[in-house]
Amino acid sequence: MSRVIYLDNNATTMAAPEVVEAMRPFWSERYGNPSSMHAFGGQVHRDVESARARVAELLGADPGEIVFTSCGSESDNTAIRGAAEAFGRRVNVITSRVEHPAVLGPCQDLAEHGVTVHHIPVDAAGQLDLVRLGEALREGPAVVSVMWVNNETGVIFPMEEIAAMVHAAGGLLHTDAVQAAGKITIDLQRVPVDLLSLSGHKLHAPKGVGVLYIRRGTRIKPLLLGGHQEENRRAGTENVPYIVGLGRACEMARAHLDDLPRLAAMRDRLEQGLLATCPDSSVNGDRHQRVSTTLNISFEYIEGEAILYSLSDVGICASSGSACSSGSLEPSHVLRAMGVPFTAVHGSIRFSLSRYTTDEEIDYTLAALPPIVKRLRAMSPFVPK
Amino acid sequence: MWEYTGKVLDHFRNPRNVGLIENPDGIGEVGSLACGDALKLTFKLGPDGRIADVKFQTFGCASAIASSSALTEMVKGRTLEEAAKITNQDIAEFLGGLPEQKMHCSVMGREALEAAIDNYRGGQGGKRVLAGKVVCNCFGVTEEEILRVVRENQLSTVEQVTHYTKAGGGCGKCKGDIQALLTRVAAEQLAAEQAAHARSPARKMTNLERIRLIEETLERNVRPALRQDGGDIQLVDVEGPRVRVALRGMCAGCQVSEFTLRDVVQSKLREFVCEDIVVEESP
Repeated sequence: MSRVIYLDNNATTMAAPEVVEAMRPFWSERYGNPSSMHAFGGQVHRDVESARARVAELLGADPGEIVFTSCGSESDNTAIRGAAEAFGRRVNVITSRVEHPAVLGPCQDLAEHGVTVHHIPVDAAGQLDLVRLGEALREGPAVVSVMWVNNETGVIFPMEEIAAMVHAAGGLLHTDAVQAAGKITIDLQRVPVDLLSLSGHKLHAPKGVGVLYIRRGTRIKPLLLGGHQEENRRAGTENVPYIVGLGRACEMARAHLDDLPRLAAMRDRLEQGLLATCPDSSVNGDRHQRVSTTLNISFEYIEGEAILYSLSDVGICASSGSACSSGSLEPSHVLRAMGVPFTAVHGSIRFSLSRYTTDEEIDYTLAALPPIVKRLRAMSPFVPK
Repeated sequence: MWEYTGKVLDHFRNPRNVGLIENPDGIGEVGSLACGDALKLTFKLGPDGRIADVKFQTFGCASAIASSSALTEMVKGRTLEEAAKITNQDIAEFLGGLPEQKMHCSVMGREALEAAIDNYRGGQGGKRVLAGKVVCNCFGVTEEEILRVVRENQLSTVEQVTHYTKAGGGCGKCKGDIQALLTRVAAEQLAAEQAAHARSPARKMTNLERIRLIEETLERNVRPALRQDGGDIQLVDVEGPRVRVALRGMCAGCQVSEFTLRDVVQSKLREFVCEDIVVEESP
């Protein structure tokens, strides 16, 4: 493959070279088991704890509240099932209509086992309907799981306000922050969520490692049993190289928070340029409450998969909410929940930047996309004369 | 990413015959914006009655565009009678195959072609009209369409029907109805096969073939009925025309087992295997 312009960082990111370097000694040199009673393992234990401290620092949490998992999906599953079970009595589950499948899946499973699950709608901008959330909270004790940042649109939910509402109603709050970490400042001292999921590979650590933050005092039933690791909260020998890598990645993410205005400027330039050069295009999601790195834009009359394949032919990687690119026949549930018309959903493209994105790559994309849109529209039966 | 063949990618990147013919002889439109793909096909006949020009406009994914482009190449120069024989499989084969989840793109091509030919022959206005009972409300797929695609492509699972027609790919509520249609087609085909078998005594069956056919008949035509009553049947031995079986479960020791043997097992075996069969119960 020749040149790659990677604008699909909400799907996954490049492992940072510094992260790979930090992991390197933990394969064949410092391979001890952190639980072992010898200095060789003991040193590795300290490395894991140092990584834990770095993760905690990014979140404004205490290291004791950080549990390493295998991925964001494991964290989401553990949080939702574990919290619902630990509640002990009859509990409702409240989530939103725009969650990631890793949250919707376990909620659906609980619903099939008799738990009442509320799916809170969003408005046209993708913002959570807080009135409906309040209503659902009044129906009884609830485990609430709403994402901090939406993966498709980049829309940021008002987590501080949500946390206050949930706690006032005596509920428990989990948030999938997989798309938030490193893209907004997270301070769990200020925003008191009870449970939070994080994924390594969305912030330049490798795939295969995640975090579940469990606020001190929050009761939760573990998903994996049979080991004392992670203070009995997640059995299984620690995935040391990945944990070390995640620690380094979190440290770097924190240092690069200053970089966000630069990324926002690049994203805005991409957005403005495409809106100007491609007629009948529109941006999906709240432009005032959105992470700096995401642009979701719809091109009317054409279909997303065809756009993606054409972009791929010129080396540009992006995503789409169209049915065909999802592998199912149903287009994006997120855009549909926002009431985006089918026509715009099928032609939606998501560009997601990272700190490795360059101005030159934005220029290249701005030059490459309009002819693709034009070419596909010339083929479409729906373009008005 | 889908595993598209080089030919699919070629027809996607360099589609043939894009556009709209002015004053066409036939026009066919299928699909919609809501469904995620749509195709508008127009053609003009030459003085020799063959398709002289054909153009398409497609809204859809790479394989929808490639299928449309392939279709235009396939019909050019053909008479309408020849063109009407093109199946969705022909389109897929022309492209070197399509991923199964994308077979509905080839079905869309065949449907547009049919609509255009219908239009030329004085049928509807070129828009495909939903005829008959609608099974899938999400994608507007009728019973007739599903039955046809199932027969033409020898489909056996609901998932396949979804890949080929989209039916069942939305809310999923019609999956039970699709299964019922599959069962109906399977029963039809089995009956036709068995009838053909029974009517062709031209060649004598080998003993192995005969035993296999007896087992198949027990499996398809006898066992389901017995299972409904909590029973079962086992083939014990075959010796010439004599077939020895054992009744199991609720059937064993059943007072009407004699009736079951003669009027159900024996009559089915006589119908589908050989007319001189005598069924005996194994002690």
